[in-house]
Order: sequence, then C-alpha cells, then structure tokens
Amino acid sequence: MVMELWYKLVDLLPFEWAEPGKMLFMKNALLAVLLLAPIFGILGTMIVNRQMAFFSDALGHGAFTGIAIGGLAGFMQPLWSAVIFSVVFSVGISVVHHRTKMSSDTIIGVFSSVAVAAGIFLATAGGKSFARLNSYLVGSILSVTPSEIAVIAIMLVVVIIFWLIFFNRLLFASINDVLARSRGVHTFWLETLFSAAIAVLVTVSMSWIGLLVINSFLVLPAAAARNIARSQKQYHMIAVSISLFSGVIGLIASYYTETASGATIVLISAVIFFATLFIRRLRA
Amino acid sequence: MNHEGSLKCVCVENSGLCCTRIENLGVRAGDVTILRDVNLHVHCGEFTAIIGPNGAGKTTLLKAILGEVKHTGHLRFVRSTGIAKEKPVIGYVPQNLNLDATSPTSVLDLYAVCRSRSPVWFHIPKRVEQKAKECLARAKADHLLHKRLGALSGGELQRVLLSLALDPVPELLLLDEPVSGIDQNGLELFYDLLSDIRRNYDLSIIMVSHDLDLVARHADRLVLLNGTVLASGAPREVMESESFRKVFMGMR
Repeated sequence: MVMELWYKLVDLLPFEWAEPGKMLFMKNALLAVLLLAPIFGILGTMIVNRQMAFFSDALGHGAFTGIAIGGLAGFMQPLWSAVIFSVVFSVGISVVHHRTKMSSDTIIGVFSSVAVAAGIFLATAGGKSFARLNSYLVGSILSVTPSEIAVIAIMLVVVIIFWLIFFNRLLFASINDVLARSRGVHTFWLETLFSAAIAVLVTVSMSWIGLLVINSFLVLPAAAARNIARSQKQYHMIAVSISLFSGVIGLIASYYTETASGATIVLISAVIFFATLFIRRLRA
Repeated sequence: MNHEGSLKCVCVENSGLCCTRIENLGVRAGDVTILRDVNLHVHCGEFTAIIGPNGAGKTTLLKAILGEVKHTGHLRFVRSTGIAKEKPVIGYVPQNLNLDATSPTSVLDLYAVCRSRSPVWFHIPKRVEQKAKECLARAKADHLLHKRLGALSGGELQRVLLSLALDPVPELLLLDEPVSGIDQNGLELFYDLLSDIRRNYDLSIIMVSHDLDLVARHADRLVLLNGTVLASGAPREVMESESFRKVFMGMR
C-alpha cells in the first residue's frame, strides 16, 4: 500500500529509472536511504560529541562476528544473532572501560581486533570460503526489501523518541559526567543504552551500507555540521541535512557510475566535510 | 592549630544555621591512602577554602562529598531546621568541561540540558531561555547566553558554571578551581561574586583553591590539606602556622 504510493511519487522524478513500473529496487533503495540517513545523522552527532568514532567503528567489527556466529549456527537470517551479539559486545566494552583504568583507546582496539579475528576464524572454519561474506563488507542498498524498509521506518521512530527523551541527559553526561551525576543523571546506564542503540543500527544497516564504510556514514555528517553549527539545534539540522543530501545524491550517482552505493554516499559526505572545514577556516 | 583542636565551631543542632560535618573521612585507592581522618565542620554563610600541594587529595575530598568516590567515615548535613539529612542539595562547579573547542554547544544548551526536559536539539522554549538569562545574570554572565562554550574564556566559563550551580540554590556549594587559564581580572571578579553569594544565600561554600593571595582576602576559613587536615582556621592563623611553612616553603 505505502509502497504503491511511494512508487507513484517517484514516478514523477525525471530519471530513466524512475519511469513507471521499472527498477523497483532503485525506488526501494531511495526510500530506504531517506529513512536511514536521518538516523545516521542524529546518532552521529552524539558519537562526535563523545569522541567515540573509534568505538562505533569497533561495533561494526562486533556485528561482523555476530554474523559469522549466526552463519555457523545455521540461522537462515544471521542478522538477529548479530544484533544480539553486537549489543552484548558494546555493553562488554562499556563495562570493561568502566571497571578498569586502561585508556578507552586500548580497550576498544583490543576488542575490535579480537572480534574481527574471531569473525574470520568462524567464517572460514572447516575450509569454507570467505567470499559469501563479502556482501557485508561492501554492502548494497539496492538489495533492500519493502519489509526491511518497514524495519528502518520503525528504527527511525524509535530513535526520534529515544532522542526526545534522553538527549538532554546524554549531552549533559558528555559535557561533564561528575556534574551530570551530581544532578541525578544515571550516566552509566544512559551511555550503555546509547552504545546499544548504535550497535543495533550498525548491525542492521551493515548489509546495506557496508561494514568498511558504515562508520564514516555515521561520523562524517556530524563532523561536517560541527564545523559550522553554533548550537545543538543547528548541529542536528545541519547533520541530518548533510546525511540526507549525501545519501540521496550518493545513491543516484552510484546508479550512473555503477559503483557501490555505500562508498559513493560516504565520498559525497566526505566532500561536504572538507567544504565545511574550508568555510570554518574562512570564518576564523 | 592542628587536627580537631582548631575546630571550635561545633554544629549545634537547632542553632538556626545549616552546616556540613565531615567526620573521620578516609579514601583509599587500592593500597594507597589518599585521605585519612579528615574532620571538617562548615557552617552556612561561611566560605571555606581548601589549599594544599599537588596530590594532597583536594579534588578527591570534593568527590567524596559528592559521592563519586567510596569513603569511610561520615558526612552529615544539618539543615537550619535542625533536621539532619544524608544528601543535601549540592551545587558543583567542576574544574573544566570535557569539550573540544569546536563543540556546537551554546551556553543556553548547557543550561537547558541541566534544568529542562525540552530536548535542546529540537526546541528550547522561550521561558527556559528567560530563566537561563536570569540564572546567568546572578554570575554576571547573561550576555554569554548564545555563545558557544568552546568560545568562552576561562573566567567566563567559570562564571557560567557558578550560575548553574546556584540554580536551584544549593545547601552546599562545592567549587573546584581550575589550576590555570583564568586571568587576574577574572579571578578577582569570581571571588567578589563568591563573597556576595555567601552574604546573600543560606549556604556553605567549600572551594578547592590555588590562589593563596585571593583566598587569604576572601575566605572565612582555610583548611590546609595534605592527606589529612594539617591546619584549619582563620586565613591568617593557617598561613602563619608551622605546617603551612613546611608545605609551601619555597613556593612563594
């Protein structure tokens, strides 16, 4: 129903793939990108605030291990086992980080590389070829199905509600955790919840965006917005705009250049990042 | 002069004054004793400054009062009504914030995340903005409302944090002064503000300080800390004490 309406809408666009009845996969992908980009834009702002780009990168590696475990256990859809694994993985990093005095850099580095090693070990166990997992590394948004689009739409709604309720406290904790705790903010639980949200997003989107570039899609729009924004409101508006713009333009460009969509999207947001960096230089 | 000997001011319940008592407080980290046998009584309307060398445990003492680090001994807060309670309303002014200079967080954003539930990324209502202005005005910082936190000078940031700590008005105000980064004018202004606050509000002030000259002029009481309380009393008394000479010899 909704999809029919969407196809009719896209039919109005002046592209060859937008003609009625043609290339439904491209139209699905466009809708998926429009819903997915704001999620990445919104959550990315806090990743950059909290300087956890390396952490979110590691979550992708954890998700990969989850996929390998799911494949080994013989699930038809290794995705759900991957979601569970990467949530446990993210909570594990948070707890270890909380309990020890080691720098987060070291802890994340250790967890991240162990996860990748375990993932490759499990995926190739018994002499199997690694090639079938390549699709997770590069990703393809063109493979997205209408039921998966529904999952993305639900994720978007959940993230917006989460952000409406918890954003203030999360930002407060990132500014000064002792001060936030003195005002009754439960910083540890909030941070763990946020990490888990990132873990779910990265795991679910990995097969569409590609493990190798997914972290850039999280970090780049926010990093670019940071160069020009002067308040949290501007920061969010600009980050989501950049994310949407590069998502849509990247997808359409990838159709004509016949390249992987995830990588194309990330390259466009990278260009925007350097442009905003230049703007900041001009202002200073 | 040293230890409990100088702590003549004993909290009298129902005296009409609120006060904070720290009794036999100790903090250990693994095998290392950071603080031991710390005894302090701080009355409302009193500005107590904690001084001491690096690594004396000054910040740790504040963190123990905040409940951030595990400690032995007792903390007691007695309200002006004479009712003792475990947890007073604490206003805390941290040394600094974990921000990089490019952070797109305005002073208004900081106020709103601290004092309001309206998500600052979405909308900050006019009444919150108005309240933020009033709050900042108490520390002569209302003109900074729309500035980014990363663009503030050390003194400006400290005033913003002070105004935030006073909203709501706490029973105990804890300040951890930055070691550096504030110009002399900023420091003078800040200590003047503290003096006003002490006169105008019914609260106790405990401040970790690094500027002995300013502290000598503004504080009611000095506490010389180095693992434990070495000396405590009026600024002049403490600064003429043997312990003070030992600790700060060659530093001034």
